[in-house]
Amino acid sequence: MVHLPRWQVILILLVVLAGVVFAAPNLLLTRDQATQMADEGSVIPHQQISLGLDLRGGVYLLAGVDLAYAFEKDRENLADTVRSALNEAGIGYRELGLVNDAVRVTLENADDASDARQAINRVQTGVQIEGVGEQGMSVAYTEAEMRQRTDEIMSQAIEVMRRRIDDTGTREAAIQRHGDDRIIIQVPGLDDPQRLKAIIGTPAVLSFRFVNENVSPNGQIPPSSEVLPAADDARAGPAAYVVSKRIMVSGDHLTDATSGFDQNSRPVVNFAFDTLGAKRFGDATRENVGKLFAIILDEKVISAPVINEPITGGRGMISGNFTVETANDLALLLRAGALPAPVTYLEERTVGPGLGADSILAGEIASVLGLVFVVVFMVLAYGLFGAMASVALMVNLILLMAALSVLQATLTLPGIAGIVLTIGMAVDANVLIFERIREEVRNGRGPVTAVDAGYRRALSTILDSNLTTLIAALLLFHFGSGPIKGFAVTLSLGLITSMFSAIMVTRLMVATWLRRRRPQALAI
Amino acid sequence: MALIRRLPVEPNLNFMRRRALFLLVSLAIVVASAGLFLTKGLNLGVDFRGGILIEVRTPQPADLGQLRDRLNSLGIGDVTLQQFGEPTDVLINISRPEGDESEQIHVIQQVMEALGPDVESRRQEYVGPKIGDELKEAGFLATMLAMAAIGIYIWFRFEWQFGVAALIALLHDVIATIGFYSLTQIEFNLATLAAVLTIAGYSINDTVVIFDRVRETLRRYKKLPLVGLLNRAINTTLSRTILTSFTTLLALGALFFFGGEVIRGFTAGLIWGVVIGTYSSFGLAVPLLSYIGLRRGGEDDAEPVAASAAKASS
Repeated sequence: MVHLPRWQVILILLVVLAGVVFAAPNLLLTRDQATQMADEGSVIPHQQISLGLDLRGGVYLLAGVDLAYAFEKDRENLADTVRSALNEAGIGYRELGLVNDAVRVTLENADDASDARQAINRVQTGVQIEGVGEQGMSVAYTEAEMRQRTDEIMSQAIEVMRRRIDDTGTREAAIQRHGDDRIIIQVPGLDDPQRLKAIIGTPAVLSFRFVNENVSPNGQIPPSSEVLPAADDARAGPAAYVVSKRIMVSGDHLTDATSGFDQNSRPVVNFAFDTLGAKRFGDATRENVGKLFAIILDEKVISAPVINEPITGGRGMISGNFTVETANDLALLLRAGALPAPVTYLEERTVGPGLGADSILAGEIASVLGLVFVVVFMVLAYGLFGAMASVALMVNLILLMAALSVLQATLTLPGIAGIVLTIGMAVDANVLIFERIREEVRNGRGPVTAVDAGYRRALSTILDSNLTTLIAALLLFHFGSGPIKGFAVTLSLGLITSMFSAIMVTRLMVATWLRRRRPQALAI
Repeated sequence: MALIRRLPVEPNLNFMRRRALFLLVSLAIVVASAGLFLTKGLNLGVDFRGGILIEVRTPQPADLGQLRDRLNSLGIGDVTLQQFGEPTDVLINISRPEGDESEQIHVIQQVMEALGPDVESRRQEYVGPKIGDELKEAGFLATMLAMAAIGIYIWFRFEWQFGVAALIALLHDVIATIGFYSLTQIEFNLATLAAVLTIAGYSINDTVVIFDRVRETLRRYKKLPLVGLLNRAINTTLSRTILTSFTTLLALGALFFFGGEVIRGFTAGLIWGVVIGTYSSFGLAVPLLSYIGLRRGGEDDAEPVAASAAKASS
């Protein structure tokens, strides 16, 4: 055990050297230099430990996507599809509507059932059609279709959020799906979550519809119309409008939106339609000159201008009571497109840059002091051997730093606590070994055999005791979120690096010392 | 010069003579902790309770009464304020904001507007009721699984008597730590839960070291009475126990005093856990072994114990 084979010596030295090389960027480079080297694709190690939001400052949001809402919309579309399929096939039916999660329809003639199935299957895939009683029939999306739709909705929501955030010029935002219907948004360096929340959470569903000028909002509303309130950004006008439920052109047909000014220098949003949108808009305005149409965003009327002449160029302007900023934001939202379903925020954590910087400083002071305390104590307690254990402790910290940098694990405030705890516990392995050596010396063994036996006998204890802590740390990693994951990561990595440095690095030092000095007795 | 040599070389303290007293103390700690938990409960943080937490810094030392009046006039639910470290730093806790999730989150904005532009927001946390419940469940599950996994590991590596004793000691430490958080009413949040799990790891670490020695001593001294043998195992590992606990406490002490206000509650729990975890190893786990009893290999029947011990140290 004492005389290490040459390959082991080389391996230990290589690991330590790699640790130094990969830990170095944290001390030698500024964050900007490191980013620059990453951009240039530099082969020289440049990765630094990435700091968690609680240390850097930033916003963490957990958003829940209302899948039920999106599915409800889907089912309404499915009902329309079934209706037109039956109509086209000339199959008589009555009572078509949604019952629970399915479209339910009663056929006039039970013999039409198989024709009806064929008609529906021709235009709609991913549905399951079942007979209900004699003449009834139920059409529902299959499980697989629902799962696929869920994935579609979620990736679309993430895509829209990403476009919107990118459009604000924010770099480094991380947007990930979390579980079935949740999205985690992390934006470092941002300390005002309000605008971020508004930008990514607004559904931004835009539609152009006609105003029903025949009834007042307080009167008898026909089933084809509905009452919608005016938006906060609307210009002075009525508080509510009666608008047709039928959509003339939807926001899906927008190809561009920019903010600008009208002839009176008031902020407006200019938009452009795609070909189909332009044609529909042109046709509709041509036939309805003199009438009012409403521009509706998220079920609120922004403005309801009069159609003075047909608008055929596919371009238009939304004027409301905008400021430059709200016009900019609206243009941004329209450019990025609508969210497929509404979102609500389930969790929000924002750390200001001041607190983050304070936490880093406090963590650094605590780590350095903890290290100094432990080193002084170890040297006092074990003399030369304590000094060797202290060197191993430094190596341990360097390796831990290197591992965090290379793995790009996120260092959080509890993570720093994990490092400090590692400093305290890392010497345990050495204490176990040294105590064993002391015992062997007391039992009358010579230096070499005592050291040999000490390392050998302490090994299983070290493994047992570290593995139990590692089990707890891994479970923390699995169940913990954010900062706690950070704690689990540094604790686990720290346990592994400390086992290496306390066993291998000190052994190399002790073995070298024994060979060079050939002491007759151990001062331990 | 090495200080360690001034310590008694072969301590021979009779721990086992007082084992009944130790057990009584442990029992008292568990009963008191359970009682505290049931009567006083835990001061659940925003992570588990749901709600809003805002840390602000005021330009002058904060006038809590005035701030409280300003926030109470908003009618946004249960507002509590407390000093947080510096005299200018205030922690605002809103336990049950009015409305559903989409409305609750606006309360943060309302609070910041009411406090005015001079007040700097250092940290804002909002946890919706659903997430709070989920975090609670996940935390409970993690604690239970961690203990079960550690128990299974010990079971594999040692014989069942050790596993039972280690698990009881572990449970004792976890309950005592919960009791500590209940007594001090330090906020119990995700970080403190992590502290509890870390204590579970540390405590078992300490127990395993002594148990390893018990097993080895068993193998070596087949004729020694069990109680004397256990006592010997505690004594031979005593200097290691003291040294490791001490270095860990040194590091944690640095963290407690200099690591900042945010993780002080977390560190306090760890410090308590190291103390109780160290105590339970020799004060509870080993005495329990003497009551449960160990299978002793006579000279003829030494195979099972020796075999498993040899496997462990290979």
